[in-house]
Amino acid sequence: MLSKESLQKIDAATAKYPPDQKQSAVMAALVVAQEEKGHLSTEVIEFVAGYLGMPPVAAYEVATFYGMYDLKPVGRHKLCICTNLPCALAGANEAAEHLKRKLGIGFNETTADGRITLKEAECFGACGDAPVMLVNNKKMVSFMTPEAIDKFLAELK
Amino acid sequence: MNSAHPPFDPGIFGPDAIILKGLTGLNWRLKDYEARGGYQALKKILADRIAPDAVIAEVKKSALRGRGGAGFPAGLKWSFMPRQYAGPKYLVCNSDEGEPGTFKDRDILRYNPHTVIEGMLIAAYATGATAGYNYIHGEIWEIYERFEEAIAEARAAGYLGRNVLGSGLSFELYAHHGWGAYICGEETGLLESMEGKKGQPRFKPPFPASYGLYGRPTTVNNTETFAAVPWIIANGGQAYLELGRPNNGGTKIFSISGHVERPGNYELRLGTPFAKLLEMAGGVRGGRKLKAVIPGGSSAPVVPGEMMLATDLDYDSVAKAGSMLGSGAVIVIDETTCMVRALERLSYFYYEESCGQCTPCREGTGWMYRIVHRIETGKGRQGDLDLLYDVADNIMGRTICALGDAAALPVRSFVAHFRDEFQYHIEHGRCQVGSPAAREMAA
Ligand SMILES: Cc1cc2nc3c(=O)[nH]c(=O)nc-3n(C[C@H](O)[C@H](O)[C@H](O)COP(=O)(O)O)c2cc1C
Ligand code: SF4
Ligand code: FES
Repeated sequence: MLSKESLQKIDAATAKYPPDQKQSAVMAALVVAQEEKGHLSTEVIEFVAGYLGMPPVAAYEVATFYGMYDLKPVGRHKLCICTNLPCALAGANEAAEHLKRKLGIGFNETTADGRITLKEAECFGACGDAPVMLVNNKKMVSFMTPEAIDKFLAELK
Repeated sequence: MNSAHPPFDPGIFGPDAIILKGLTGLNWRLKDYEARGGYQALKKILADRIAPDAVIAEVKKSALRGRGGAGFPAGLKWSFMPRQYAGPKYLVCNSDEGEPGTFKDRDILRYNPHTVIEGMLIAAYATGATAGYNYIHGEIWEIYERFEEAIAEARAAGYLGRNVLGSGLSFELYAHHGWGAYICGEETGLLESMEGKKGQPRFKPPFPASYGLYGRPTTVNNTETFAAVPWIIANGGQAYLELGRPNNGGTKIFSISGHVERPGNYELRLGTPFAKLLEMAGGVRGGRKLKAVIPGGSSAPVVPGEMMLATDLDYDSVAKAGSMLGSGAVIVIDETTCMVRALERLSYFYYEESCGQCTPCREGTGWMYRIVHRIETGKGRQGDLDLLYDVADNIMGRTICALGDAAALPVRSFVAHFRDEFQYHIEHGRCQVGSPAAREMAA
């Protein structure tokens, strides 16, 4: 179900916790699985649960509780923009509108070619860099003014 | 932000900085930290075999208060850890920084990670903890990876693991990441999350010091709290205390955001006037007038600008102004801002992030958001402000964790200080604060 490389990453995460507390690695394991598969299907979640020796429902609860897991397919690139108040004061709403216009989609939508999914997000803990965007969960881009967004989109594969 | 493009001027965080002193953005590695005198405090404790109780006494003397929001004295918290306990005890660093407006732990972790590691080692020595975890906000993955690198450096140099520097102290440290849930910043939600569950806060008591991670005694402190510890041990609790004010020892990193020319982190002595911080941040953007300030992260009550300009930044002074120093996240709001719209966005946040296990919080945050939303969109009704107060009052003090209060306090303070703006929205179905264009500029 998951590649050897992914399983190795999950094993490395598991090693951080006491031997009888493998479940502590479930968040890390689901991140690894999401990265390989693009999103977390029920089968993948069940596989992860089995791998860590926990009940499937417990893994499913985790996958639904934390906002950055994708239970449905997303575009090749997932862009999350923070619109919380500190960012909004510094231009996040204009940035979000610009993104929607350029991509021709609203929040929680994917471009017709399946390339980009756009989401609204809560504070990243980077409010001094507003507007800020998270690209595929792991890369943060800062000071995303409309001009910076144009440049960013032009360079995105 | 002032620190976004390394290398930056090492004076950028302010002349009084101790945690962020001398940082350029590039000198974060072990060798750089050691060159700045890093790990000397730990070595001193180990070499002189200073008693754990003496370490705790020093931290108590420093009046270091928890930097994660509640301001609880760190030394006192450490003293709650049971001395005689057979089995593992844990130390957890709370780097789940997600309180809107707060972005200081990110800079500590990426530009000076070893000071957090050294602070945790000293805390482990003082509390008898055998292993530690740093729970890092999921949204800052690159910083999580850097922290893992710093841990590897410290382990290779003998600072972590079995028999630290041959002293007999053993302490393992690992990084754990979140994945997008604000509530995991609450310490017991965080512990649940670390156990591989939903991050739903626990009833307290029992407190983590008696029943924490995996049911073991656990101390949870904020990143900045641990980061201050090496300086305290190296220079003495009294010296740290004297940097600030009585009961408000040391320096504090303020994250200033919103309508200022130079948003960013500034490390100031506690008790520094707010006006000074505003000046360091270049003043209100575009020379406009200051309208309001949220001085301690989005959960803190809003304070009118005039009042804030007369307030000093320490726990007690900000409390006197009717708010909280909280995490030190200072959100600056200028005259072009619609306060109804600002509150609407905050209310949405708490509604979205409530973990749902207490009825007053789950239902109340939804109610508050819907009422503020209808006022903002011109559909407010007479009586809505009383209703808002009512809902807020029904949340306060009736929930498992402080998120309920955190959602209610902004609502009450926004309405209390800017009631006429809310009333105008209700009566006229539109905003008092100028044209839609001006609002767009502000929003
Ligand atoms: C809803 C909520 C969110 C919180 N978020 C954080 C956070 O992001 N970081 C943090 O250190 N403390 C946060 N806290 C406070 C923690 O529960 C805890 O008091 C703190 O980590 C203890 O460390 P300290 O004493 O060093 O401040 C939060 C509390 C609540 C109720
Ligand atoms: S107050 Fe809200 S966030 Fe806290 S435990 Fe209750 S429902 Fe969850
Ligand atoms: S409010 Fe956007 S990163 Fe904090």
